[in-house]
This record gives sequence, structure tokens and C-alpha cells, in this order.
Amino acid sequence: MRTETLSVEERAGQKPVVRVEDLRVSLKKRHKQTELVKEVSFEVYPGECLGILGESGSGKSMSVKAMLGILDKNFAVSGNAWFEEKNLIKESKETLRSIRGSKIAVVLQNPMTCFDPLYRIGNQMAETFATHTDWKKEEIFRRSVEILERMKIRNPEEVLAKYPHQLSGGMLQRIMIGIAMALKPALLIADEPTTAIDAITQHEILEEFIRIKQEHQTAMIFITHDLGAISRVADRLIVMNSGEVVDRGDFQHILHHASDSYTRLLVEKRAEVMKKYRESIHGHQEVCHD
Amino acid sequence: MKQYVTKRILSAIPLLIIISFVCFVFINLIPSDPAEVALRVRQVPIITDEAIAEVRAQLGLDKPYLVRYFSWLLDCLHGDFGISYVNPTRTVAGELMRCLPATLQLAGVSFVMVIVLSLPIGFLCAVYKDGWFDKIMRALVFMTTAMPAYWVGLLLMWLVSIKLDLLPTSGNGTLKHLILPSFTVSLSYISTYIRLIRNNMLENMKQDYVLYANVRGLPSRSILVKHILKNSMHTCIVAIGMSIPQLISGTIVVENVFAWPGLGTLCISSIFNRDYPVIQTYVLLIGVLFVVFNLVFDILQTVSDPRMRKEGA
Amino acid sequence: MERRFLQNKTAMVTVAIVLLTALAGIFAPVLAPHDPYEADIMNKFAGFSAQYPLGTDNLGRCILSRMIYGIRPTLGLAVLTMLGTIGLGALMGLLAGYFRGIPEEVIMRTVDVMLSFPSQIMVFAVVALLGINVQNVILANVFIKWAWYARMIRTGVMQYRDRNFVQFSRCVGMPERFILVRHLVPSIAADLAVLASLDVGWAIINISTLSFLGLGVQAPTPEWGAMLNEAKNVLTSNPTQMIVPGVAIVILVSAFNLMGDALRDVLDPKEVDR
Repeated sequence: MRTETLSVEERAGQKPVVRVEDLRVSLKKRHKQTELVKEVSFEVYPGECLGILGESGSGKSMSVKAMLGILDKNFAVSGNAWFEEKNLIKESKETLRSIRGSKIAVVLQNPMTCFDPLYRIGNQMAETFATHTDWKKEEIFRRSVEILERMKIRNPEEVLAKYPHQLSGGMLQRIMIGIAMALKPALLIADEPTTAIDAITQHEILEEFIRIKQEHQTAMIFITHDLGAISRVADRLIVMNSGEVVDRGDFQHILHHASDSYTRLLVEKRAEVMKKYRESIHGHQEVCHD
Repeated sequence: MKQYVTKRILSAIPLLIIISFVCFVFINLIPSDPAEVALRVRQVPIITDEAIAEVRAQLGLDKPYLVRYFSWLLDCLHGDFGISYVNPTRTVAGELMRCLPATLQLAGVSFVMVIVLSLPIGFLCAVYKDGWFDKIMRALVFMTTAMPAYWVGLLLMWLVSIKLDLLPTSGNGTLKHLILPSFTVSLSYISTYIRLIRNNMLENMKQDYVLYANVRGLPSRSILVKHILKNSMHTCIVAIGMSIPQLISGTIVVENVFAWPGLGTLCISSIFNRDYPVIQTYVLLIGVLFVVFNLVFDILQTVSDPRMRKEGA
Repeated sequence: MERRFLQNKTAMVTVAIVLLTALAGIFAPVLAPHDPYEADIMNKFAGFSAQYPLGTDNLGRCILSRMIYGIRPTLGLAVLTMLGTIGLGALMGLLAGYFRGIPEEVIMRTVDVMLSFPSQIMVFAVVALLGINVQNVILANVFIKWAWYARMIRTGVMQYRDRNFVQFSRCVGMPERFILVRHLVPSIAADLAVLASLDVGWAIINISTLSFLGLGVQAPTPEWGAMLNEAKNVLTSNPTQMIVPGVAIVILVSAFNLMGDALRDVLDPKEVDR
């Protein structure tokens, strides 16, 4: 169930969409400084999906937020994040803002709380497009309907007039993905997109990401603590633990030759859970490995 | 939705009944006999036991407690709150109506001041959290919570009216007379609401929808005003609305300082003169206002929230 | 906890202010340079001097002495009010949490009604009903405030009666009354201390306001609110009269408010290291 990966030779000629070098984030509080992200480096090539694996608090979301410039002024960020000839870490707030949502799009977890409860879905989609494009009202509406249709949402016109609480988590998550892809971003960041939704919807959402990767060749960063989810979409992995990258490589490498003890622990836990799961479903005879 | 509103209105009725009952019991707890008082009010020279008994029957005081309560309640609903003990030629309703406009004026202007000052200040404090403006405002807010309203009134009166001679010290009539008293009344509410709005906005800033608005690249001004402010306003307006009766009752002290001829001054002088029907009616009035405003703003809050609006539909 | 307390400067300073004020009140006869009632009519409205450090008032009484003696009614009545409030609130809250059923319903509905009344009006109503008197002022303040404590303590009882350690004690056969007092009191003491110290500030303002209006402590008695009432009459001619009592109230109330916040930090370690 793995999608094709670019070989090393193919990649050699390409420039990465984003290249993060030596990223550090620390929190200033009174006179204490706590390092939250230490020396994180990675790059993502066009059409490739990089998985960032780690538990909550391991600094994986923090690294991405630092890159996008959405940490508040209590955080100190250093290092480089190259994106389209620009160093995101050094760019002005305004430049970063215009990149966010158009060239770099983000899908978050908790779709149920990500939309402002006081505004209709259509309004929140429209404000995004109005910020980044010069589309007229009618065009925004037409495109919004198109996006929802593409995300296989029935009665898109009705959905646009609904408030977030009237829709299901899966639907909102698909709308979020739709908004993210609407402006054809060069990089799509998915921050735990499958954590807060039920298993069946999770499957559909993952399919959606795989489809995006195949159809649009969008570079993708997929952040999760779920080994199962990451195994299906990611081409390459980095594993983070307490702010540091502790392991990197493709999925098979991580699964069988993890050098870091923490990574091995993650893998073992996962294997155990899967074993139990299969045992309970198929009985003892069919136990097999990943 | 309709169901909710009906339920909410019905739930307020027992509370109103309890409040009215407490007010009724109140006047029956006082040491003086209402019949005797009535006779004195009529300026009967010699009060005999027979005369008292007669008046008792006349006023229905010999009837059971509950019967008297209901007839009193019925009178109240007709706007008849009895006559003043001190000034028998005047009705309580007339006395209250005479003083009500001045208090409403004061409370109204204070309310406007609360909104006009606390909203922008609270907003700016939240936006520039821990900046110099926020720090100064927080210090001021802290100071005002420790200052008794009457002392603030005296200080302002001395500084603005006597020292700088800008505004009149007391009395009412013109807009100039209104400024100091209403600012004094509103001050403690202003600091309460600055804190409420600031904290509410900061709380909202941590919400997922703000993060999502940020990663979609929305301009920060739009995030602040369209999303965060609107979400906080929701809570704050309701809280401010519910405090209107408190604002009205809070004028008691300030009216006294500035010799403002409103309900508060009436209430205090009634306490000194033991004019119980006036106090009773005043307490009843404020109690009812309290329940009604709570009810109205509670319903408003529900109606204005899309999450609640659609559920019942 | 002691160490955290000693490290917390705000807690130290505010507790020191409160304690010093209380001591000054207790030892007023020793500390005050003059008799607070002694009028020196030749020296009325005197400025600061060695003889009268804070000057004199409209009857030539020493303001400093009146301030020191004034601590007794001002702080004393507030503390008394809080003791009454907590006592009544705790009794009602424990009864409601302990007996459940009908007593609980009755008490909690009463609490609901109490909380739905505007408190300021209730004070005036009670004072009007019982007559203008210091004792009644305290009764009135207890009467409007106890419901908050009753509700808080009942919630505490409800939370703790199902905790494991309480259930364990019950299994071991300890009487329930003993369990409640033994386990409940320490567990809600922190909340209670914070709330109470914030409310002492509130009580000081409330009582002084009533005195200011002439409904509380009466004229010749030196009380800060009553002193301000007298100062009000000479506002035009001698505005400085209102400075000292007012500032004193602000300082003392601020100290209690800050102490409440500091106590919260000291008593709740989670908050500090957040």
C-alpha cells in the first residue's frame, strides 16, 4: 500500500520545495530559556511526503509553526527555512502571512474547533480566498461549490450556508483539506489531521491525502504520532523526541533498523497493538507481521 | 428554541414570587403595627384600641397572611404600592416615579461610559498584552478595585469641581452635572469589564479557530476584529447587560455623595425616616429588575448564538 | 509550603502590612499620641506637626490617633463579618452536603435565591429593617454573603465524599462526621483562605461605605468611613481631611486583595510553575 517513491537519482536534479536547516525554538519566560526544538533539519521535494513522527510535546508541531511564523513573541526562533528562494525565518510578518494559506497550506487536527462557531462555512471559505486572490464574490461562491464537490460533499450550496456545529468532524476535515488545496499550494502541511476523528473517517481522509499526492504532486509534510497513518502516506520519515530529530529514513528502515531506542519503542508498541488487534479479529492462527 | 425561551420565562416566575413574598414579609416584620401607623398617617389625635381594631378590619389586616399577601400582590400589579408613612399625602408609586428619572439618567450615562471605555481599553490590553499600556491599565484596574466608590466621588469632586472648577459639585439638571456622578458609578464596572474583556479575548486567542485563521493567512486585524472580538463580545455584552440592575442599585452611594435627587437618595432618607413602604417597593423594584434583566440577556445570548439557534429549529 | 511562602515577596509584604495594622489596632492606646475623642478646638484643621503628626480635624482631634483607633472598628468589623460569613456558610454547606435530600434542597434553593438578589440592596434592606446599628451592619453583610460560601463548601463536600481516601475511612468504620471534618477541612482550606482574604477587602469597603452614609458606625467613634463622612462636610474648605482615611482604606484593601492572589500562588503549586 505504498505509493511510488522518487529514487535518489531522480531527486538529485530537483530542488527541494522547502529546506529547513538547524531550526531552533526556545521559550523565553522571565529569565529562563527553555529549548523546545533543537537543531532540526529536513527537506521536502516536489511530490514527496515527509512524515514527522513523534509524541505530543516532542516539538513536531512547534517546528512547523516556527517555520510559518505563527509563534508569538515569547518564542525565539533561529536557523533557516528556505522556501522559493526566501528564508521564512528571516522574512517579514506580512510576507509570511501572504505565503500562508496560498503557497503553503495547512490542515489541522480538531476540525470541530478549527472553524469560528459564529460564521457560516461559506463565509470562512470566502474570507480565505478574498485574502489571497482578487476573485469577485460570484467567483468565490462558484469556486467554493466546486471545492466542496471535489471533496465529495453532497449539496455543497447548502453546506456553505451552514454553521460549523451543524457538520460532522469528517466533513469539516474534508472542507479544510479542500480550502488548503484550493489555491494550489506548493507545500501542504497536515498537522495530525487524523487524530481527532473516528476510524472510518480517518481512512477516508488518508485516502484523500494519497489522492492529492498522486494527482497534484504537491509536496507534503505529514505530522502525526500514529505509525499506521504515517505508513500509508509518507515516503520518508523523521522521528522526533523532546525537540530533537532522533531518526530518519524510509518507513522500512524505521520499522526494522531504527537506531534510536525511542523510535524502537514506538515501533514495538505499535507492533504489539497490531498483534493484539489481529488476534482479536482473526483468532490466533493468522498472526503475521507488518 | 421557542421551547427554551418559554421554559426560561416560566422558570423566572417562582423567583419573582419568592422575591415579592420576601418583600411582603419584610414590611410585616417591622416592629410598628401598620394599623397604628395608618391611624397616625390619618392624623387621628387619640389612638384607641377600638380604632386600631377598626382600621385592622378596614385594611384587611385581620385576614390570614396569605390572603393579605395576594391582595397586596394584586395591588402592586396595579401599580398601587401604598402610601408613604412619612408624607401621607404622597403615594409610594408617586415618590418613586418622581425620583426614577434622575436615577435612570445617571445609570444610563454610566452604562454608556462603561461600554465606551471598557471595550476599547480591554481590547487594547489584550492585543498589546504585557505592553506598557496593558501594564498601566492593569495597575489602574487594581487600584480602582481597592477604592471605595464614595471616596473616588469625593476625590473627583475636589479635583475637578473645586480645584479646577470645571464641573458643578452637586445637584442635577444639566449634562455637566451628570459627568462626575456617572463616571464614579461606572468606574468599578469599567475596571471589572476591562478585566473581563481582556481575559476573555486572551482566552479566545488560544482557540483553534484563531490558529486556523492564522495558518490560512488572514490579516491579523481581521482575525482580531472579525473573529476574536466578536466571539468575546458575545460573552461580555451579556455580562454587562446583566449588570444593569446592579448599576441602578449602585447609584445609592454615589447619589448621596453628589446630592443627586434619585432613588438612592430617596432610599437612604427613607431608611433614616423609617418609611418602610418606600424601602419595600424599592427593594421589590430592584429585585424584579434583576430577574428580568437576567432573563432577557440570558435569552438574548442563546438567541444570538448560532449553535443554539438552529438546534431547536 | 513555608518555603514557598517565604520566597513569595507579595505574600510576605501583604501579610506584614495586615499584621502590623492589626497590631497597631490592638495596641492603639499605647501607640496613639492623643485621646481620639479629645477635642482641641483652638487647633482645628492643623497641618502636619510634631504634636499632631497627621494634623487635626474639624474639632481639633488628632487624626493619627483617630486613624489608629479607627483600625479597631474598620478591620475588626470586617474580620468579624468574615468569620460570621464563613461560619454560617460552612454550617449550611456542610449540612447540605452531609444530609442531602430535603435539607439540601431547601438550603441550596435558598442559596440560589440569595445569589439572585442584588447584594447591595439587600444590605440596605436589612439595615432598614433592623435599624441603624453596627451590629445590624454585620448581620446584613453576613446575610448577603454566606450563600457564596455555602455553595462553595457544599461543592467541596460533594467532591470529596466520593474520593477514595474518604471511602476508605468509611470502610474502616470511622464516623462520617469525623471523616468530613478530618479530610474535608484541609482539602478546601486553601480555596477558603484565598476567597476569605479577598472578601475581607470587600467587607472593609462595604462597612466603611455604610458608615460613610451614616448607616453604620456612628459619628464620634473613629472609623475610617465615618471619618470620611465628616471630611465630606468640609470638602470645600479643608480638602486634605479626606486624604488620610481614604488612602488608608485603599492600602489595606489592596493588601488584602494582593494577599488573596499571593496565597493562591503559595497554596497551589501547580499555578506557580505553569
